Parts: sequence; structure tokens; C-alpha cells
Amino acid sequence: MSIASERPTTIFRRPAAETGFWSWVTTVDHKRIGIMYGYTAFAFFLIGGTEAILIRLHLFKANSTLLTAAEYNSLFTTHALTMIFLVVMPMAAAFVNYLLPLLIGARDVAFPRMNALSYWIFLFGGIFLYSVIFFADVTPPTGVQGVPGNIDPSEQTTFGALPDGGWFMYQPNAGGDFTPGKALDFAALGIQILGLASLIASVNFIVTIFNLRAKGMKLLRMPVFVWMSLIVAFLLLFSLPIIAIALFMVTLDRQFGTMFFDVPAGGDVVLWQHLFWLFGHPEVYVLILPAMGIVSELIPVFSRKPLFGYAAIVFAGAGIAFLGFGVWAHHMFASAITPVAQAAFALSTMAIAVPTGVKIFNWLGTMWLGKIKFATPMLFAIGFVTMFIIGGLSGVTHAVVPSDWQQTDTYYIVGHFHYVLFGGAIFGLFGGLYYWFPKLTGRMMSERLGKAHFWIWMVGFNLTFAPMHWLGLQGMVRRTWQYAPETGLQPWNQAATVGSLIIVVGVLVFMYNWMVSKRRGKPAGMDPWDARTLEWSIPNPTPVHNFSRPPEVHALDAFWHMKYGEDEEGRPVRRPEADVLVAELDHIGTNPPEPVHLPNPSYFPIVAAAGLPTIAYGIVFHVSALGKGLILLGILITLTGLIGWATEPLEETHEAAVHV
Amino acid sequence: MTDLAHPPEMAHGHEEHESTGIDNRKLGMWIFLSSEFLFFGAMISNYILFSGREYAQGPIPAEVYDIPFTSVSSFVLLMSSLTMVLAHNAMSRNDQNATRTWLLATAMLGSVFLAGQVFEFTTFVVHDGMTLSTNPAASAFYMLTGFHGTHVAIGVLMLLFLRGISRRPGGLSDERHLNVELVGLYWHFVDIIWIVIFTVVYLLSASGVQ
Repeated sequence: MSIASERPTTIFRRPAAETGFWSWVTTVDHKRIGIMYGYTAFAFFLIGGTEAILIRLHLFKANSTLLTAAEYNSLFTTHALTMIFLVVMPMAAAFVNYLLPLLIGARDVAFPRMNALSYWIFLFGGIFLYSVIFFADVTPPTGVQGVPGNIDPSEQTTFGALPDGGWFMYQPNAGGDFTPGKALDFAALGIQILGLASLIASVNFIVTIFNLRAKGMKLLRMPVFVWMSLIVAFLLLFSLPIIAIALFMVTLDRQFGTMFFDVPAGGDVVLWQHLFWLFGHPEVYVLILPAMGIVSELIPVFSRKPLFGYAAIVFAGAGIAFLGFGVWAHHMFASAITPVAQAAFALSTMAIAVPTGVKIFNWLGTMWLGKIKFATPMLFAIGFVTMFIIGGLSGVTHAVVPSDWQQTDTYYIVGHFHYVLFGGAIFGLFGGLYYWFPKLTGRMMSERLGKAHFWIWMVGFNLTFAPMHWLGLQGMVRRTWQYAPETGLQPWNQAATVGSLIIVVGVLVFMYNWMVSKRRGKPAGMDPWDARTLEWSIPNPTPVHNFSRPPEVHALDAFWHMKYGEDEEGRPVRRPEADVLVAELDHIGTNPPEPVHLPNPSYFPIVAAAGLPTIAYGIVFHVSALGKGLILLGILITLTGLIGWATEPLEETHEAAVHV
Repeated sequence: MTDLAHPPEMAHGHEEHESTGIDNRKLGMWIFLSSEFLFFGAMISNYILFSGREYAQGPIPAEVYDIPFTSVSSFVLLMSSLTMVLAHNAMSRNDQNATRTWLLATAMLGSVFLAGQVFEFTTFVVHDGMTLSTNPAASAFYMLTGFHGTHVAIGVLMLLFLRGISRRPGGLSDERHLNVELVGLYWHFVDIIWIVIFTVVYLLSASGVQ
């Protein structure tokens, strides 16, 4: 066992627990932080999913009154905020956290304490965002200038207290005049906090990738998932400051009386759209690129072929990121932008389909003539590719401006982006969960249940979202509380609702599979998938110190080349010594030849993070003395955390538990 | 900000890793600052957008600027970059006393700049009647310069913190000597942004270019 130091630090004693609650609170281990990200994101997935089901149940009938208009507005807004900021982004962060150091052969990320800080800020930001339901009664009935809000106060309910201006918070609708109350203040500040978490994580991941790669791992020998993580980190790095400014403008307008979006005073509401989508479109790629990275890892393993066109897929990812900053106004073809701008953004939007197409051809080319093994992760990967093609094709049609005018703000758009984000991102992420589950637990998930999950989702997903395209073309408008029976929209709405319930069954199957397999799954042993990348060259579950000996890399797919050579025709042949080598790696992995130094756990990340929601509560209620006090208190808490952090001794004896 | 991921033999052992050869913390600071450029870029764009328009209610910022006064406080802030360089230079010579002096001098100059900003804002509000709510141009001005001032204030706090811990045993030596350079990078960034703000927001605006 390791010896934690008794030496006191400046503010708190150094945490010493290695198991139990406090060990998780103070951990700086990237694997544990990744696991916490994953479980938190999944919890929010269930919340966001429940919101979606309520929406679908409500739309089952024409003229439905299951939900009030206020509740309906709140639910579709919060569903979007949750799924984007609290599910897909942190779930991707979970993968990056857990896998990035393993994939590049490092012991941890560059800044382990900052990594913990990111997680706690994310968690507190999510809780802050949802805590608005406890403040339902502070909603004033009318806006600051006596303009009635768009919600009848008598309709105000707990659900109705959630943010209701749409996740894009268009101004002036989401401003103080038309949406009084606290909900949108909580949304604006909550996303601000979540953005800070992502920004810190991005800096951390970029430095990790640039500075901590295993010996020999040149940039173009990095696994594609690492490349996509790098690209996503840069996208966040350059897009988050823009949304931060935009959200600060909203907060200042709503709380402190600035005039940015106040039209009578000369404010500019289209500016909000520009700033929002200048962040919002890169954000789309932030959501999809990690899943693309995961799929690029899965398809070669289960096709038993190297990735076709590795460099092309990497450069296509970089190209998507670069062009991603130049297409934002295609969300605004129906807004006040000039025909020249419309033409320019139409062209750039068509252009961005090219690198996306390159990636799809690469995945197909990898599978082509491969010995495909249809294991559950591979099914999800193939599901990702097919569903993403449908979503991508319906998406690129929006580049045609007149066509977009027909489709914008209809269910066609809702169908399109669910094909990309659910059929794309979520399928990819779940494929990753099945694939790396053995890495996490040392056990396999049930293939039978996994395949059942996949097919249930495939049916349920398509039944839910394909009809939305037709509903949109028939004229069903987005975000509309009720539709009339004579519109003929009811049958496909009913199909979509049935589909959404089938998705729920799939989620339940997955949760059952996860919980049972964690305890009683088949032991995975070393290298259960005959994989290609470094994370499988160490035992399952991952030892606390990752690598006993720093690995050395001589080629792309380093682990594969340790196991396989080639015959004269270039077909892979397993080396005779491969099994011995893998057994040896297993042994060394659990028994490091020399003690391994690990970064020390710390209390300060969670302390520093705790100040931020405190400040945010203070800003929401800043007119009262309590609010001003909270702002001060929050600053003090964060300062305490940061000062303690900076004065914490950098080095102390802390060695990995070597023998069990 | 001050974090050491790995034991020194790993963090600095370039022979064991593929790396840029730049210390993790320094690289992290550079990357963070690249993001900060967009943070301020967005606000400067806001100001340019709003300052060129006409509003029912005045005054707009360009009508109330006191260019000579702001020139002096800008000069003070620029001089603080010089003292910061001197602090860094003293640190690299391992001259602890001189480091402490120059860190304190930098913090003092930063504080003088902040005091100037408080005076400026007060004059604008009380004397000229330009508040946050006067018009969007005024809103954009206060938001931009306010966030810049916040950055300066955070910088002053970091400088004072470095000065404070420098008396502790090993406070600025060994692994922590890089902290002076890191705070220096941040400080120079805040200065460079001010040069852009002073040129674009004050001078060009006051001369009627926008």
C-alpha cells in the first residue's frame, strides 16, 4: 500500500483515503475522473430522455393538453440544453479522460488537478442549471417594462420553471422583457460555468497530447480518437470565448441594464444570432467528432484491417474544424442577412460536406474486404455510419437557401439533427461504451443483450425520427405546443411517440446489461478484441498506474504490430511469440518492476469549483444583500481553493499500490 | 495554473516522451491565452459594431473620452510590462531581492492603472451621464473595458501572491521559478490587449474613424 504523507499543507491536510467517498472527491486520477464524467453524463441522459418522452407523449394526440404550454416550452428547451451540454459533451469528455493517456502511453494528463477541477465545475454547473426548479416562485408575473411575459403566471409549475427560451435563447424573446423570471438567468450562467469546465479541459488535453506522447509516437502515429480529441479541444478553445461573451451580454442585459439586445434603444438582436452560431456551429462538430474518433478506432479492430486512409481521415477532421468556423450563418438564412452572405455561407456549407464524405468513404474502405466481426461495438459503429449518412444528406440540403427557407423551423430540422446527434453521436458513444467496458471493469458485456439493445434502438430510433422529416415537409412547425386534428399530422406523431418508447426499452436493456456484466460478466483477460492500440497492451481493468514501463511506439497501431507480422501478400500473420508477449505484458502490467510515482490527490479542485455556482447564485439575486454576499462568498471560496492549490507541495511520497 | 503533472523526471524528461520541449505549464498558458484573444476579440467587435451607429440617447463613448488622461494611464500600464520583464530577468539570475522588488513595482503600476479606470468610469457616469444603460455603445464600452480591468485586477492579485510567497522557504525557487514567467506571460497579454483597445476603441473612435 502506498504511504500518504502526514505533512500538513497550508489550508487542509493532504487527503489520504484510497477507497471510499473521499478518495473519489479528492482524486486526480484521469481514469476515475473519466468514470465520474461518464456516470454523471448518463444520469443527465436519463433526465434529458425523460423530458423527451414527456414531449413525445404530449404530441401523441392532436390538441393535447397533457402538458401546459409553459411546461412544453420548458421541456423542449431543457431537453436540448441537457442533451448537448450535460450528456454528449461530458460523455465525450469521459472517453477522452479515460482513454487519452492510455492511447498515447502516458501515466496521466498534463495537469491532473486541473482535470479534477474541470469535472467538479461541470458537475456544479449542471446542478446549478437544474436548481432553477427550486426558484419557481420568484418569477415575477410581468417583464421589467410591464410587458406581459409569454407565460401566464397561473400556468407556472415546477417543470414550467425550467428555462424556456429555446436552447439558442434568441433575443429579444429570451430577454428580460419577454421572458421575465429567473429561468434564463440560470440557463445563461449555467452554460457559462459548463463552458469554463470545457475550456479548462481543452487546455489540459492539448498540452497532454503535445507533450506526453510515448516515445516514438509521432503526431501521425496517434490513434484517430486522439486526433479527434485534439481537434475538438481546439474547436472549444476558439468557440467557447465567443459564447462566453454572448452569454455575458445576456446576463448583463437581463440583470444589469445594458442595452445590447434592446431594440428601442438601438440594440442589435441579429448580433446575438451571429455570436451564438459562431459558437453553435463549431459546437456541432464538438459533439460529433469524438464519436467519429471512436468509430475510427472500432471499425479497423472489427474489420481486422488497418484504417483505410489514416492521414486522409485526420486531415478531413482538421478540415471540418477549420471550415466549421465559416458556416455559422446557414442557421440564419431566414434572418436579416444579405443575399451575398447567404450565397457565401451556402457555398461554405456545401464545402464542409466534402471532408465529411471523405471520412465516410474511409470507414467504408476499411470495412471493404475486411474480415468483419459483427460484435456489439461494431454494430453500433456501422449504425453510426449509416444513420450519420442519412443525417448528413438531409443536412447538406439546408445549404440550398430556398430549400432551407421551406425547412427551417419545421420538424424536418428536428429529424435531421437527431439523425446526426442521436444516430450519430449517441450511437458512436454507446459503441465506445461496449468496446471499452472490459478496460473499465475487466469483464465483458453480454453480447446477446448488447445486440438486442442495438436492434431495439435501430428500430425505435428510425421509427421516432424518420417520420419527423415527413411531418416537417407537411408543415409541422417546431416548438409548437399543439397541432389541430384536421392537419393530418397525428398518425406520424403517434408513430414517433411509439418509437421513442421503444428507445426507452433499449436504454433499460443497456442499463441491465451494464449492471449485471459489471458483477458477473465473463472475465475479459488481456486483449479481448485482438485490438490495435496501446490501451489494450496493459491489463484489464486498467491498473492505477496505467503503464508499468513507458511504452515505445514504432508505427501506427503499435500494439497490433507487436502481435502481427505480414506474409508476402501483405496479409496479417500472428507472430508465434505473440501469446507469450501478451502474457508477459499482463504480468508486468500488474507487477511494475519499480515503484511508480503518481500525482497526489487534492481537496483544492472541488473547493475552487464550489465557488463558481455560489457566485452565479449571487449574480441571479444580486439586487438583494444576500446576493451580494453570495458573490463575495463565492469569490472567497474560489480564492481559498486556488491559493491552497498553488501552495500545495508539488511532490510527496505517493506510490501506486503494487501488490493486491 | 501552477500544476505539475508528473514527477520532475517525467515532466522534464524529454528523452522519455515525444514532446514540444516546452514546459507543460508554459504551453498551457500560451494555449489559454490564444483563447483569451477571441474573448477580447468578440468584445472589441461588439464595440466597433455599436460605436458606429446613432442613438436616441447620448452620449456615446467617443464623445466623452479624455484622451490625454487615458494616454497617461496607458503609459503606466505599458511601463508595468517593463517592470515585469525586469522581474523575470532578476528571477532568471536567481536574484530573489530584485525579483520581489520588480514584482511589487509591477503590481503597483497595475493598481495605478486600475485606479485610473475607476476615476475614468466615475467621471463618465457622474459628470457625463453615460451609464451602462445609456445606449448599446456605452454598454459595449463598459463591458470591454470592465472585463479588461478585471483581467488586470486578477493579474495584480497573482503578482501580490507571488510576492507574498516569495518569503516562504523555497517560495520562488526550484520548481516554482517558472511561476514568475507564467504570470509574466499573462501580464504581457493583458497589456497587448490594452494597446489594441486604446488604439481601436479610444483613438480611432475619438478621431471619428469609426
